Amino acid sequence: MTERKIVDGKGSFCPGPLMELIVALKHSQVGDELEVLSTDKGSADDIPEWVRRVGHDYVSTTENDGVWHIVVRKTK
Amino acid sequence: MKILIVGGGMGGTILANNLARRLVPELKEGKAQITMLSASDKHMYQPGLLYLAVGRMTPDELYRDQAGLLESSIHFHVDPVEEFHLDDQHVKTRSGRIHAYDILVIATGSRMYPEEIPGLAEHAETFYTEASALKMFKRLQSFEGGKVVVAVGIPHKCPMAPLEIIFMLHDYFKDRGLLDKVQLHYTYPINRVHSLENVAKWAAPEMDRLGITYETFFNMKEVDGEKKVLHSEEGTELPYDLLITIPAHRGMEVLERNELGKNGWIPTHRGKLNMEGRENVFVLGDTTNIPISKSGSTAHFQADTLGENIAALIKIGAPVREYDGKVFCFIETGKDRATYAMFNYQTPPSPQTPTKAVHWFKTAYNKLYWVSARGLL
Repeated sequence: MTERKIVDGKGSFCPGPLMELIVALKHSQVGDELEVLSTDKGSADDIPEWVRRVGHDYVSTTENDGVWHIVVRKTK
Repeated sequence: MKILIVGGGMGGTILANNLARRLVPELKEGKAQITMLSASDKHMYQPGLLYLAVGRMTPDELYRDQAGLLESSIHFHVDPVEEFHLDDQHVKTRSGRIHAYDILVIATGSRMYPEEIPGLAEHAETFYTEASALKMFKRLQSFEGGKVVVAVGIPHKCPMAPLEIIFMLHDYFKDRGLLDKVQLHYTYPINRVHSLENVAKWAAPEMDRLGITYETFFNMKEVDGEKKVLHSEEGTELPYDLLITIPAHRGMEVLERNELGKNGWIPTHRGKLNMEGRENVFVLGDTTNIPISKSGSTAHFQADTLGENIAALIKIGAPVREYDGKVFCFIETGKDRATYAMFNYQTPPSPQTPTKAVHWFKTAYNKLYWVSARGLL
C-alpha cells in the first residue's frame, strides 16, 4: 500500500532538502510518494534532476507562498 | 542582568569580549555579569587543521589558553552544560552546578558525524580534529601513488575546506614529485562542485586546469574498506587507493539530547539571531539552523551583531540592528595562492583569480586570529 510522506526541508541548509529526501527514501517502500517542502529555490531545480539521475519518478513541483512542494515516487 | 554564554569557540569568545568592553560601567556597578561555560580550557584555531593535514602547521600553533583570550571581567568556567532548562532560565553543568541567566547565548559549534556512513570512520582520512589531521598527514607521507578520492558530505564546517584540501593535495603531491603517479578525484553531493553557485563556476575550471577529475550528484552511502570502494546513493561505485572525506556534520549532541533542534541545529531567526520562540535565548555560529555557511567568519560577524544588540538591550531596552548574512572566507588554492569569497543574504560571492598576495594575507590571518578572538580585529 502506498502513501505520501511529507519531507519537511523548510529552512534547511542548502542543499539540505535533497539530503533530507535521500534519508527519507531509505526509509520508504517502493511505490511511496514523498513530498519535499523547501524554501530553497535551488532545491526545486536540483531535486528533479537528482531523481531522474537515480531513476526514481519525478511527479511534480508547485510553489505556494515561497514554499516549493516537490513530489517524488520511489521506484526501486 | 546575568548573561550566560555556553561555548568557548570563536563566536562565544568574540561575543564575550565584545560585551565586556561595551558593558564596562554596568559590570563595574554589578548591573551586569558575563559568564562563559566551556568544555575545554584550550581554544583551538580550527582552520589550522587544514594545514596540519598537509604538514604546513604543527599542533602547538593551533592552541591558546582560553582564559588568556578573555577580558578579566568575564567569569570563565570549564564545566560543560548538560541540561538546558529554558522555561526556568537556568542550565545545569557536568559538575552539577546550576547557572541562572537573564540572557542565554548558545554557541556550542558543530562536529563531524562520519558514523552515519557505514565504513567511513574506519576507512577514510579526514582532518576535522587534531588526531585525524595528524593521522591523515602520516598517511599522505607514506602514499606513493594511486587514486586519491576526496568525497564531501553536507552540511559541513568550513564551506571552502573541500576545495582547499583538493587544491592543497595537488601541490603537496607536486612537491613530492608524485603528480604523474596520483589521480586526484573529487565528489560533491549536488549537481555542481560547490553549494555556492559562483564558487562552483570558478572552481570547476580550476580543477580542469590542474587535471583534477570530479563527479557531482555523488552522495556517500557506504565504504567497502576491504575492496577499497566507495558506494554512492546514486548507485555508482568509486574505487580508491586513498579516501579522504569531509563528513557531514551535526550540532553538538547535548543540544539533540535536550531537544533544542533536529540534529543539534537550533531553529534561529536569521536577522535577530534569537532561538525561535525565545526572546532571551540567542544562537551563534555553527549552532544555528540558518541556511548559511558554517564558518568562523559567520560566527565572528554574528557575534559583532549580537554584541551590539545585547549591550543595547541592557542600555536602552531594544536591539539596534540585524545580522545581514555577512560571511568572508579565504580559499587556499594551493600552497602559495589563494582567493576569497565574500557574501551575504542579498549578494552572492564572486571569487577572483587566485593570487600570492591573498595567500600571504591568509597566512598572516592565521596569526592574527588570536587578536580577532579577543574581539580587537
